[in-house]
Amino acid sequence: MIALLLILVPLVSGLAAFLMKKEEQVRTWSLLAAIITFIISILGVAVYTAPGCWTFRAGWMGSLNSSFSLKGDGMGIMLCLLTALSYPVIFLSTWTTAYKKVHNFFGLMLLTQAGLMGVFLAMDALLFYFFWELALIPIYFICSQWGGEKRIAVTFKFFIYTFIGSLLMLVGILYVYSRTPGHSFDITAFYQAGLSLKEQSWLFWLFFVAFAVKMPVFPFHTWQPDTYQQSPTAATMVLSALMVKMGLLGVLRWLLPVFPFASYLNGDTISLLAVTGIVYASLIAMRQDDMKRLVAYSSIAHIGLMCAAVFAEDKSALQGTMIQMFSHGINILGMWIVVEIIERKFGTVKISALGGIAQKAPVLTFFFVIIAFANIALPLTNAFIGEFLMFRGILASRVSEHGVLIMATAGLGIILGAVYTLRLGRKVFFGETNALTEKGSDIVFHERAILAIIVGAILILGIYPQPFLNALDHISQSILKNSDVLPMLMKQKH
Amino acid sequence: MNNVLDIVYWIPLLPLLGCIINGLGRKNLSKGAIGFIGSGVILASFVLSLWVFFQVRGGNVHTAEYFPFINVGNLKIPFAFQIDQLSAIWLLIITGIGFLIHVYSVSYMHEEKPVHFGRYFAYLNLFVFSMLLLVMGANFVIMFIGWEGVGLCSYLLIGFWFKKKEYSKAANKAFIMNRVGDLAFLIALFMLIHKLGTTTFSEIFTSASLAKLSGKEMTTITLLLFVGATGKSAQIPLYTWLPDAMAGPTPVSALIHAATMVTAGVYMIARANLMFAMAPATLNVIAIIGIATALLAATIALKQNDIKKVLAYSTVSQLGYMFLALGSGAYVAAVFHVMTHAFFKALLFLGSGSVIHAMGGEQDMRKMGGLSRYMKITNITFLLGCLAIAGIPGFSGFFSKDEILAGAFAKSPVLYALGLFGALLTAFYMFRLYVTTFKGTFRGTDEQKHHLHESPAAITIPLVILAVLSVIGGFVGVPEFIAHGAHALSGFLQPVFKEAYAVLPKHEVEHSTEWGLAGLSSVLVILTVIIAWARFSKKPDLQAATGFGKILENKWYIDELYQGVIVKPLNMLGSFLSNVVDKKVVDGLVNGVGRLVRYGGRQLRWLQSGQTGSYILMMVLGMVLIFIVQFFLRK
Repeated sequence: MIALLLILVPLVSGLAAFLMKKEEQVRTWSLLAAIITFIISILGVAVYTAPGCWTFRAGWMGSLNSSFSLKGDGMGIMLCLLTALSYPVIFLSTWTTAYKKVHNFFGLMLLTQAGLMGVFLAMDALLFYFFWELALIPIYFICSQWGGEKRIAVTFKFFIYTFIGSLLMLVGILYVYSRTPGHSFDITAFYQAGLSLKEQSWLFWLFFVAFAVKMPVFPFHTWQPDTYQQSPTAATMVLSALMVKMGLLGVLRWLLPVFPFASYLNGDTISLLAVTGIVYASLIAMRQDDMKRLVAYSSIAHIGLMCAAVFAEDKSALQGTMIQMFSHGINILGMWIVVEIIERKFGTVKISALGGIAQKAPVLTFFFVIIAFANIALPLTNAFIGEFLMFRGILASRVSEHGVLIMATAGLGIILGAVYTLRLGRKVFFGETNALTEKGSDIVFHERAILAIIVGAILILGIYPQPFLNALDHISQSILKNSDVLPMLMKQKH
Repeated sequence: MNNVLDIVYWIPLLPLLGCIINGLGRKNLSKGAIGFIGSGVILASFVLSLWVFFQVRGGNVHTAEYFPFINVGNLKIPFAFQIDQLSAIWLLIITGIGFLIHVYSVSYMHEEKPVHFGRYFAYLNLFVFSMLLLVMGANFVIMFIGWEGVGLCSYLLIGFWFKKKEYSKAANKAFIMNRVGDLAFLIALFMLIHKLGTTTFSEIFTSASLAKLSGKEMTTITLLLFVGATGKSAQIPLYTWLPDAMAGPTPVSALIHAATMVTAGVYMIARANLMFAMAPATLNVIAIIGIATALLAATIALKQNDIKKVLAYSTVSQLGYMFLALGSGAYVAAVFHVMTHAFFKALLFLGSGSVIHAMGGEQDMRKMGGLSRYMKITNITFLLGCLAIAGIPGFSGFFSKDEILAGAFAKSPVLYALGLFGALLTAFYMFRLYVTTFKGTFRGTDEQKHHLHESPAAITIPLVILAVLSVIGGFVGVPEFIAHGAHALSGFLQPVFKEAYAVLPKHEVEHSTEWGLAGLSSVLVILTVIIAWARFSKKPDLQAATGFGKILENKWYIDELYQGVIVKPLNMLGSFLSNVVDKKVVDGLVNGVGRLVRYGGRQLRWLQSGQTGSYILMMVLGMVLIFIVQFFLRK
């Protein structure tokens, strides 16, 4: 029931928002819907051990053997919680941003939320694909309609990337479907498809490209900095905090267990690519003058680590990745809120044009510093837990032959991350004020409240992560079991 | 026993509470209240630490687990503390000297606005909290929390006056250089977890557990941990952040960048003493890096003119001695020197703060001179500090340095000779500093002269207490060859190092030889002090340095080297990747694909207008619509 509600509430309220006329009305309505969704998700977390509350199954396209099947496992619930928490925060932090055709904007935002929830909960491949598109299409419209001046070129690129990925995945899904025993889209059928090594080796890439684009992993990333820079901040928040998780979840739920052999064979290649991306993106982030692009490249670096950790196929790496999916969402949301506030106050996000904000806005600086240190995974912040487990898992990986190299390369990100994050802080917040920042003022109550929520989440997860780790224990175990190739390899040998 | 020590969590918790109260209440609390809370919590922690100290005498070890921090699969990392003799010593140093410096700060920082005053004390309390976590942690992860926590506080306090661009640059440099070391620390930690499945000290540091590591693994892990230590404890190659860290307020330099944080590396290796004892190759590296750092920093200190810079390089140099001791297997000597150094270096920094305060912020010694007439207490305490660090017999530095040199001699006479040479350099630059600052005639402006005064009691009382400790502090470690069984510290620490000493190769040195070595070094040091005094009181070192002196003044151009070899190339690489590779190559490829799609579309006449986007979109939308319709029809 919870699972269905998490999709229905944003879907219905989103459709209703299209019909509203008054701006104030549509904003309040959307915020209310987002808060209700959040409350539902909290209720869901509170009762998540109760049988059945996170599962839903209905007939859908019976002739195709596809059913409307939803289920919340530890990872799905955590991502739903992240999505549900993010939306009120996003709406509130961009409360005063003006949009033309505001009802369409909020309607599309809520539709995206419904799509995201669906992606995180779908246990049927066709349904997964449906929600995948439901999440993407509205956000594509938002970027192309409400974006910055270069939005047409940028969204075209975004479009090429993601839609090529999606179509490849659709082809893959249909093929796997044809190979399942009894032709079914159900996830368990997919897990038991028993694809040959040859089939896996090409099918793997059809899926992986779709997920890699979404994450994004180097070298599939160039749509991202441009899109983040050109989109309205609310959309950027959705893209960076939530949508990138679609790619990671896709790999964890639909790639590793469905194509275990190919994952095993390609794992090291992808991990090396991903960690190269960490160094690559971090070096680029060091040289950015646009805060949005800096955050975008920083995100590529963080996602690179998660991608490498996934392919380590180690329990601690998987649990680390999952908890980091949540933490990364919180942290990058915090970053965007700070960027948004600065943009609103000073009309620019150019690092070289700012400086000395700490003198004018000490409270904002305080929050920024905590978020910045969470961004570089200082112990007792949320990101440390995830990174610690991921690094540990990469080194302990049983399937990787280059664990040490991958870990050491990724480790450079620990140093470079500090370089670009502290540089951002120094140039924007510290030093003398200039003519522009001289007129600055500190943040007001509702901004403080939002940032306090973010910082609270950072610290709670960083100091006492054990309940979250427990919740992720089972799902990481089962992913590993389903994608374990060692017994199969043994069988082949005999 | 266990029940009694269960309250040790209050030791770090009190400073944390102080941090929160002062941090949140800084707008509403008066400066007096802020200072009282900030110092009071540290005093309370000190009292508790003192009590703990007496509880663990005789070999008691106390561990307490509070909650599971990270439990994944077989790996269990509890949030747990461990108190033994080693941590008890550090607890006393951190809270004891920490308290004095808090009191000192109340006066030193009184010109700050209340908001910044509160921020300062919040940071300082947070630092003490982190440092306490570092030494109380019962496993490497809790230690690492403190380890990075002190780095954070150091960053915050170096950049405390954040208006000055240079200061926040120095803060960034400190944090980033520490991060390089931290990465090595982390990799060592992951290797330990991988091989032994635990991070808990009491589980790792047993012969049975360490036997699971091959010699190569042991060497790799210990070397990585040592790289971590070079970051935090400012050793070659990661030392250049510490002199820059002098941008922070002077009490911060005294507490963090002299007495406590920079000794974290020494603590960590002393904590892992058994593992290092089983990795002789690493010990050699540590000894060599230690003595090299000691000498390099001492030569630079010879030609610095900023009073705090001299002390900073002196700190780097003295830390080098501690690592020389660790590398020589003289663990007790290293801990002993940490303690005496904490006394006299905190004293010297606080003394320099008193001077800077009186001089209205001036730090250049060339503009000082003759201050002994105006600041009697500062002068005398500073002189005592100089005598202590120079190693004049009877003063605390004599005992600890002598023990290090004896340990070095046992390892290799060459190390001893180099160490002795460094000790002479130390005596020389310290008395260059002392004479230039306090003797001769005043060289500042008339206005400065008019304002010269002794500092208030909140500053002088800590100076006096530290001076007393600097003088008598060495008597807890009277060497065996002078009086049998008089080395109280060695006896106290014996349970910690017992196993390691059993593993380390024995180099017995005759008592007569030790007498000879101590006598030699004493005579030479006293001679050096006399020479330096005579030379600089006759003619202060005021001219611009030339030739070799210029190289020393410019710190052997190591900063420039790092800038040219690491920082600039990385920046250039970043720009190249950003402007050329990412925009032209990778993105170009994608745009190429995009064009191909359009081109293909045109060729097929499948999409006539070339607006691929909208067509594919329509297609997908259509599909989505079909799905939706299907769903509702079914229901």
